[in-house]
Parts: sequence; C-alpha cells; structure tokens
Amino acid sequence: MGRKLLLEHINVPGIHTLEVYRQKGGYRSVEKALKTMTADDVVEEVKKSGLRGRGGAGFPTGMKWSFLAKPEGVPRYLVCNGDESEPGTFKDRYLMTHIPHALIEGMIVSSYALGANTSYIYVRGEMMPQIRILEKAIEEAKAAGLLGKNILGTGYDLELYVQPGGGAYICGEETALLESLEGKRGNPRIKPPFPAIAGLYGCPTVVNNVESIAAVVPIVNDGGDEYAKIGIGRSTGTKLISASGNLVKPGVYEIELGLPVEEFIYSDEYCGGIANGKRLKATVAGGSSVPILPANLTLKLANGEPRLMSYESLSEGGFATGTMLGSGGFIAFDEDQCIVRNTWNFSRFYHHESCGQCSPCREGTGWLEKILHKIEYGHGTLDDIDLLWDVQRKIEGNTICPLGDAAAWPVAAAIRHFRDEFEWHIKEPVKSQTSNYGLADYANPIEKTPEEVKSQN
Amino acid sequence: MSDLVKVTIDGITVEVEPGTTILNAARQIGGDIVPPAMCYYSKLKGSGGKCRTCIVKVSKGSEKDPRPMPKLVASCRTTVMDGMEVQNITSPEVLEARAGVVEILLINHPLDCPVCDQAGECDLQNLSYEHGLQKTRYEFERRTFDRIDIGDKIQLHMNRCILCYRCVFTADQITDKRVHGILNRGDHSEISTYIQNAVDNDFSGNVIDVCPVGALTDKTFRFKNRVWFTKPVDAHRNCNHEKCNGKVTLWYKGEDVLRVTARKDQFGEVEEFICNECRFDKKKTSDWTLEHPTHISDTSVISSNHYETFKPLPVIKENPELQAANKIELEKTTKF
Repeated sequence: MGRKLLLEHINVPGIHTLEVYRQKGGYRSVEKALKTMTADDVVEEVKKSGLRGRGGAGFPTGMKWSFLAKPEGVPRYLVCNGDESEPGTFKDRYLMTHIPHALIEGMIVSSYALGANTSYIYVRGEMMPQIRILEKAIEEAKAAGLLGKNILGTGYDLELYVQPGGGAYICGEETALLESLEGKRGNPRIKPPFPAIAGLYGCPTVVNNVESIAAVVPIVNDGGDEYAKIGIGRSTGTKLISASGNLVKPGVYEIELGLPVEEFIYSDEYCGGIANGKRLKATVAGGSSVPILPANLTLKLANGEPRLMSYESLSEGGFATGTMLGSGGFIAFDEDQCIVRNTWNFSRFYHHESCGQCSPCREGTGWLEKILHKIEYGHGTLDDIDLLWDVQRKIEGNTICPLGDAAAWPVAAAIRHFRDEFEWHIKEPVKSQTSNYGLADYANPIEKTPEEVKSQN
Repeated sequence: MSDLVKVTIDGITVEVEPGTTILNAARQIGGDIVPPAMCYYSKLKGSGGKCRTCIVKVSKGSEKDPRPMPKLVASCRTTVMDGMEVQNITSPEVLEARAGVVEILLINHPLDCPVCDQAGECDLQNLSYEHGLQKTRYEFERRTFDRIDIGDKIQLHMNRCILCYRCVFTADQITDKRVHGILNRGDHSEISTYIQNAVDNDFSGNVIDVCPVGALTDKTFRFKNRVWFTKPVDAHRNCNHEKCNGKVTLWYKGEDVLRVTARKDQFGEVEEFICNECRFDKKKTSDWTLEHPTHISDTSVISSNHYETFKPLPVIKENPELQAANKIELEKTTKF
C-alpha cells in the first residue's frame, strides 16, 4: 500500500468544508510556516524535498522559487495554473472538486514563501463548478482568519482570487496564462524574459501547477527531508496519476514515484488490468502530448529492466524508446484500438487549440491533421507517412511555446513505433475502415540486436 | 569601447551595443548573412518572433557560457552576448528549417501574385524565390476568407495574410486607437475590425506599408499598375499634420502619380510614417517638391525600369560564324 499525502482523507465525508478539513489536520502547515518559519526557510524546505513541477515539464519547484527576482517596491505574484486541459489529464480537477482546502492551504504557504500578497488561481473556464467550490472555500477560509489581512495575527496579508480561464488549451502555457489573466488574448509571450523576472503586469511571478502547490503542504508539515524519502532517485514524493482508457478501474490514483508500470496497470490496488480481458497494445504515459509507446516498451526498458513510474525511468532511452511522465495523464489502449485514429484525434485537438501566433504551429498542425485524416479514412499513400514525418520535424523546436512540440511528438512517436499499422491502413484502404490492425507484435518482448548486447557488455 | 560586445555571425565578427538582437547585429554587417524578417519591424516595439523565418543557430552561447543553445532561435528577439557565435547561412540545419517555415507559410497562401498589387515588392515572394520549393506538397483545399474593406481606402485580403501582427502593432503605436486586431485562433485566425468597424484614423494608411505581403492594399492604387512599371521618386511637401514630415516616395507612370508611399530603407522598413492626406489625397506632381529618383536595390524587380542607365542585353548573341557570313555579305554588297 503506497503512502498517500494528498488524497489521504479524500473519502472523509464533508472534507470539502473547512470544519472537517481542519479536524483532519488541515491548515497545520499555515500555522507552522507563518508562526515558526521565515519565508526563506519554506523555500529551503521545498528545495530539500526535491519536489518537481507536476504540470508536465518536471522542473524542480524549489529552484523555480529561488529564481524569483526580488526587487524593492515591486509586488510579486504567485499564480496557480489550474487550466488543466490536456487530453487524458484530470487530476487537478479531482483535487479541486474534493479537497479545495488543500490547494488553498498550499497557496497560503507558497505565497508566504515567495512574499506575494496577491495570488491568483487560474482555473480552466469550463470548470465552473470547481470555480464555485474554490470561491466558497476561500470565503470559509477568510471567515476563519486564514486569508485577508493579518493572517492568524502574524501580520502577513494575502488576498486570493479565482480567475475563470479564457477557454483555450493554450492558456495553460504559463506566459499565455499570464496574458489571459491580464485580460488580453492568450498568446504565449516570447521568452526571455521569464515570468520570474517579468511576469504578471511586468512583476516577478511564479506559476505553479495545482498539484505542485498542494504538495507543499505535506512538505512543510513533515519537513523536506521526510518528503524526499518517498519516491526514487530525483523523482521524490507522490504523484497523482489520472488513469483512463481501456482499464478495469480508471480514475485518479496517488502513487509513490518509482512504482513499476506493470504493477500500476495490473495490480488490483490500482488500475486492475485491461478491461474485458483484452491485452494491452499501447500507452500514453503522461497526457496526450508525450510520445505514445507500444506495450513492450511501456512495461520494460529497452535493456529488459522493468519500467517505473518516475521522471527518469519513463524518459529512459530518450524519444527512441522512452516517453515522459508529463502531467500524469495515463491512457491505456487495448488491442482493439486504432493508433492511426488516435493519432489523428490528438492532432485534431492540437490543430484546434493552436493559438495562431507563430507560423509553423499555426499552419503545420492543420496540415498534420489533414494528412492523418486522409490516412485514417483510407485515402493515404505511402508518401504521406514520410511527409508526416517531415512536417512534424519542421514544427518541432521551431515554435514560440511548447504547443508545437506537443503537436509534433505524438505524431512522431506513432510513426516511430507503429509504422506497420500506418502502412497497413494505406495498403488495405477498405479493410481498415471496418476492422483493426490488432495487437500484432507490439506486446512481444523486444529482442536485443547483437550490437546492443555487445555495447552493454 | 569596452562596453561593446563581440558577436560572430557566419565567421564575420562585429562589435555591437549590448542589448542588440542577433538580427540587428547581422544588419550591421549586411549582405547575404542578414536573416530574412517577415514579422520583425525595427520601428515597432514588441514585433518579431512570430514568423520564424529569421531563425539561426547559436553554436556558442557566450564567452562565459560557451554551450550552444539547444534549439534554433529567432534572431530578431534574441539578444547577443559577448563572444556569441551564430550560424546563419553556413548552417545547413538553419537553411532546412527556414525552407520548412517558408513551405509552411505558403501552404495556405493563395499564390495569386499575377493579380496581387504587392507583387514585385513582396517579402514573401522574395523569400519563396530564395528558399521555397517549386511545387507544393500540400494537396488540401486552402483556407479562404472574404475580402473586406477596412476603411474607405484600405482593402484587406485576408487569404494572403501571414499574421505577422505588424499592422496591429502599427495601429497600437502610431495611431490613437486601434480598432482592428486578430480574431479567432489557430489557422482560422484573421485580421479584422470589431464588427466590421471602419479603420478611420489619420495614420491608418501606414498599415499598408508595413504589411509584408499583399493582405492590406491601397484601394486608390488597386489594379492600376504593376510596381515594376512605375518609377519611384523621392519627394516632400509641407504637411500640416503635426506628426507627419511629408517625406514620401511617389510612384510615377508617365506623368501621373499612381501611388504615394512612405520611404523605405534597405530592409524594406518605413523610415518615417506618413499621414493619410499625403498618402491618398495628394496625387498631383504640383503638390510635391521632387528630390531625386529613389534608390532601389539592383536585385529588385523594380530596378528593371529604373532611371539609371540600363544596358539592354544584346538581342543577337555573338556568333562567329554568323559574323563571318555577314562580313562576306557586306564585302559583296560594297563591291557592287
């Protein structure tokens, strides 16, 4: 049984209210931090904990905080990124719906650590119920003296606001989020300057994911060293994984990082295996933008060792044989799923959500989608696969923000690992409309080539 | 001179002020190594970074931190560091990526150059001659929009637009109030006015000059002539408008002034913005004091009709046999 830090009390009735939340030990960290620690102490604890950003990139949170510029007389801001819209990711929504106070507690402690007196929670516009829940929770906290002027008599002031998002996936990119929060069109800014120097209204700003901020609470409560003991290597702590797809028990799970992927999929404690007794064909391990992997590479590394749910292990082998932990949106595909259709679907999403600011992404995502649509509906030619590869290569790395990369990676990975299936779609245009390519050899153990064996010895 | 920073672009070292972008450092060197810029405009604050045609490779970050930058960077928005080494046309990677950007810019462009007023002075046209493919690999229907009139003198042809945002920055920075902007997102983005509002401002005509393609065209010049048949002449007048200096380029065809534009520098950027009265209403030679023919680069198609002495190519190529035959013929005729 893995340790639970964020979802420990998730099943307690009424945990969304301040009263029950405090009974279960809520807001201890606020008292501890504000009364016994300095702001730098809190930053130091977070640094020691090794907490890495839970939004996708996995950048160490403590490092991010220490980069924040602190000029005199300029306000600093903390912005919580609740614009969770990656297909396959729904952990933040779950957290905000059921334990809103965990986020608010984390916001108070984090704002204190950064010296911010105004903080914002930017929630995706479609999540109106969650926005209401958070607003109600903020009111409760305010009435209890945990927010507003002179919190708990310590002289620290904090105003917390919830901002409904602009209704676009791109507003989850940190600089686009800041533009949107300022009331402008949500176009990503060109970096540098980074938000830590000039962010919201030109002031130093830190943007963190909902889960990262909530994870600050157990770090302050138990100490950074204690938190760092959980997990494996540089992937410390616990992570919320939103599991979806053809699983027996899809849902949000809190795992200790370092859990073997096989155990996560097949153990009854977690997803309970593939639904309807089918076999696993492929997984997307961290939300739609990370590379898709066939079953054999999901469960085992290229050298035959088991793959673990951690930042390092999932990206082992680079993009050739690895993927990324990303935001923790774990999607499983069984043997009846069509990878071409799935890739087209992801591509359709990125085409729809491209902001249109820089040319490779604006025009290229549409092109990718159209080619994939053509292949999926049996009109493709073999040249189209090479064209897809070429177009994705011209998008990747040439755009202002990571959306271009996010659009290119799934396409690249699908071609890299599932080229046979693409070719089958093209060679069997009629058959591919009614039946599936099936599992083929995507779950077979990878046989090492003699060169690989030699290089290992 | 210790505060100048040294930057090497394609093997040529130049010393520039700190804070200069790679693109501007390259422009100080000049020549072929200047990256093309479709969206960057030195006179407009905040422009650049969007079209990605000016991408370059930074093979050495700086003297202190010699690591190369992991990705290609937009040279118009990346500032130079001391000891930085940049590769532009010497890097095959950059040329390939740039050709990719050009291809991507052209997939939804109508390529209606034969009927486009911008042809001949179009940045996209030049760019695609240099980097583009001869045929497209895009086989789907191109995105189209309706033509709209924004203001009585300006027509917007959205199909041709590459969304460089220059006209938006122009309206923001040199007019009092911006009434046009970007609507929608992704490849449905379009420049438009708020509920078909008319752009009505003394300086609105400048959006025509900053447009790198033929998306914003002058309705008073529309379909009048091809730019390479007209002769540009620098001229000025005493303009009453406080912000306008009245320094313009007149484009003549015979005796008539067909069009008035602001003067442009060697990078195709406007030197001084002009008011709408100068641009649209003063189209008689008597309104203006002529200065001299405008200098047009030799490589521009407009030069083919320029005032400078232009030697036509010999119609009959040199052919010794033909010449010898002619000589014999000549001797025969003189004998008689």
